[in-house]
Amino acid sequence: MPNDHTPRPILEMRGISKTFPGVRALREVSLTLYPGEVHSLMGENGAGKSTLMKILSGAYQADPGGEIRIDGEAVTIDGPLSAKALGVAVIYQELSLCPSLTVAENIYLGRELRHGGRIDRRGMEAACADVLQRLGAGFGPRTVVDALSIAERQLVEIARAVHARARILVMDEPTTPLSSRETDRLFELIRQLRAEGLAIVYVSHRMAEIYELSDRVSVLRDGSYVGTLERAALSAESLVQMMVGRDLSGFYKKEHRPYDPGRVVMAVRDIGDGRRVRGCSFDLHAGEVLGIAGLVGAGRTELARLIFGADPRSSGALEVDGQPVRLRSPLDAIRAGVVYLTEDRKGRGLFLDMSVRDNINACACSRDARPGGVLNLARARERAAAAIRDLAIRVPSARVNVGALSGGNQQKVLLSRLLELNPRVLILDEPTRGVDIGAKSEIYRIINDLAARGIGVIVISSELPEIVGTADRVLVMREGELVGELGGYAARPITQEAIIELATGAAGDILPRAA
Amino acid sequence: MSSAPTPITAPAGNVPARSTPLRGTPREQFHALMRSVGMLPVLILLMAAFGMMADGFFSAQNFSIIAQQASINTVLAAGMTFVILTAGIDLSVGAVLAAAAVVTVMTSTLPGGGALAIAAGLATGLAFGLINGGLVAFGRLPPFIVTLGALTAVRGFARLLGDDQTVFNPDLPFAFIGNDDLLGVPWLVWIAAAVIVASWFILRRTVLGLHIYSVGSNPEAARLSGIKVGKVLLFVYAMSGLLAGLGAVMTSARLLAANGLQLGQSYELDAIAAVILGGTSFVGGVGSIVGTLIGALIIAVLTNGLVLLGVSDIWQYIIKGLVIIGAVALDRYRQSGART
Repeated sequence: MPNDHTPRPILEMRGISKTFPGVRALREVSLTLYPGEVHSLMGENGAGKSTLMKILSGAYQADPGGEIRIDGEAVTIDGPLSAKALGVAVIYQELSLCPSLTVAENIYLGRELRHGGRIDRRGMEAACADVLQRLGAGFGPRTVVDALSIAERQLVEIARAVHARARILVMDEPTTPLSSRETDRLFELIRQLRAEGLAIVYVSHRMAEIYELSDRVSVLRDGSYVGTLERAALSAESLVQMMVGRDLSGFYKKEHRPYDPGRVVMAVRDIGDGRRVRGCSFDLHAGEVLGIAGLVGAGRTELARLIFGADPRSSGALEVDGQPVRLRSPLDAIRAGVVYLTEDRKGRGLFLDMSVRDNINACACSRDARPGGVLNLARARERAAAAIRDLAIRVPSARVNVGALSGGNQQKVLLSRLLELNPRVLILDEPTRGVDIGAKSEIYRIINDLAARGIGVIVISSELPEIVGTADRVLVMREGELVGELGGYAARPITQEAIIELATGAAGDILPRAA
Repeated sequence: MSSAPTPITAPAGNVPARSTPLRGTPREQFHALMRSVGMLPVLILLMAAFGMMADGFFSAQNFSIIAQQASINTVLAAGMTFVILTAGIDLSVGAVLAAAAVVTVMTSTLPGGGALAIAAGLATGLAFGLINGGLVAFGRLPPFIVTLGALTAVRGFARLLGDDQTVFNPDLPFAFIGNDDLLGVPWLVWIAAAVIVASWFILRRTVLGLHIYSVGSNPEAARLSGIKVGKVLLFVYAMSGLLAGLGAVMTSARLLAANGLQLGQSYELDAIAAVILGGTSFVGGVGSIVGTLIGALIIAVLTNGLVLLGVSDIWQYIIKGLVIIGAVALDRYRQSGART
């Protein structure tokens, strides 16, 4: 509920539209914000959330015809500087700090204090020390940003906004890189800022956080404003319904499939690299979805990369379909039928300058090349068309650059590249990170179908509901070792509590986020 | 997936599709067209300008001269395209050309004549290319440093081979390549055209070409996709070296002589200029051989036109440099958002 004693909105956006070449990103969207509230903004990728926030922050200009009022007065936000002058601050997911500068320099970026002709560093540091202390920072203004963790850098961004007397603070998916304790601290901070009268727009996909924090939630769908719910009326069903316009019960799809594991399709014995991963062993069965859970830093991605041959192993052996294999490179793994979906699709997965078609065909094209290594173009076209259809990838044509697609569609393109190889084992590392709800649902359906077809699927995920929802069996890693097994024929069933317990070794303070 | 018995089907009536019209407004279509023709308008503009200002520009003979002068740079630039597509660079092509030319001319005096000399020249280029490639691909050394070192070392080698003298062979068996025509078109032009076509084919129609673009776009993603990044890199540098060797054969045929110190000086700069003018990006993964051809023609037309206008040597350098900067700036502006 907004603060009862200040009923006047601090921000009103009405009739905001934004058109890009070929796309209407926003259609007559409205948003009302009151001081002292946390207002969440939800919607699928492509729904227009970030476009709306960029209009608010001055990065984009809205089409003529809309209106923005701050404190009841109509304003024009024609660029980032005027937005800042009006008290709007945005903290993007990628963070916009200069790592080689100090905290104080970053907080004052563009507004440096001067003394004579030089920069008054002492003055800046003194002023910042104050803000930092108020926000409970564990570091000082002289610290170089490069030395700070992501959570700490976020704090610097918040300090910058607060110091600049922002009255509207927009936070875009702030908790994605944070641990549970850091998230708790962030939430405390948000509540503190709310109590001080800031209006906070919180953009997120994480339902649990939305429940915990929000006073109100607004939903956008396909560029249009769908509605706003008060806290009391919040429920998963109503939110999801508003976001996708249809019912998403059975979200994770697992219940459609009975647990009936086939033969062992991959046997992992004592795999390790002597540093991050130590002596892990497990079996993967055909038709099974095996989840690997653990804290950030437990070594799950490292384990996957060791299996895939992407990093050198110091110990261990693998068998695929009963045959011992030496996977010394990703190419060896692919030839043995083991494929890996990287958690970093933009940095290590996709070829962002290349077309959707080229990305989908990147691995498989060598398999049906004509003699002399000539590309089979007809086959490549068919393949791309089939993948786009089967995975419901939303693109106007296969020639579009993959860098222009939304996160969910990019993920599907990367996934289709791997599926073209007809793998026996599919290792998915954070398959739905940065992916909107609709695409998530489709990816779960795909995982389900793959398992139903007898492929062994490993899902590494930091989202507990996702692991609990999709996996038949869960292995938990802690500090480079496998410390427990849940589900399947194991003694303990898969629950979030059990996972947390095993992942931390004790009911500890740094927890993966529970729903 | 495409060969699976039960294809995964998308559920009907799923998430509402974003409406993105296929072709866009007329303005966007114009922009897309401008992007795809690349620097061709610049070339046409230059030709029109020189045609108006310089007598004799628009003549068959002059075009033949332009094409001939462009041909060697085109061959080198083709090799450079391969390398720059992988986000690398080859600063040594001029020196390699010189060394290979010395080898070619000296070998041509031996029994075995023309064929042996050509083979020797190509082999020299290929050998240096493989050394560069090996250091970059497997030694993991930065291409700039490797080829910078090669530029100096190979130049020294070229001088050593020829004993720092100009080597002559007035009876060079394959001199016709450098000076005669086949069906009315100079041999040099035929060779350059063949190189362009072959390079286009490799880059656009083979798995290797796709891999070259992939490695340039994102080497780690390429590795995780099972692409042998080392072999791809080795190939592109070997190609650059081989084509420098071909350029050496062409030069030898034309001049009937080679000097280890003077031949090929700054040839690499013209080659790089042609590639960049043609729209290939230094960061890799973006570019085309057709663009390189247009870039090489722009440089040749520019040089030829300035000579016809009687512009002095010094001013030619200045103007050429400014045109290159201007053309690339224009190109970036047009693409507004293209990576450099």
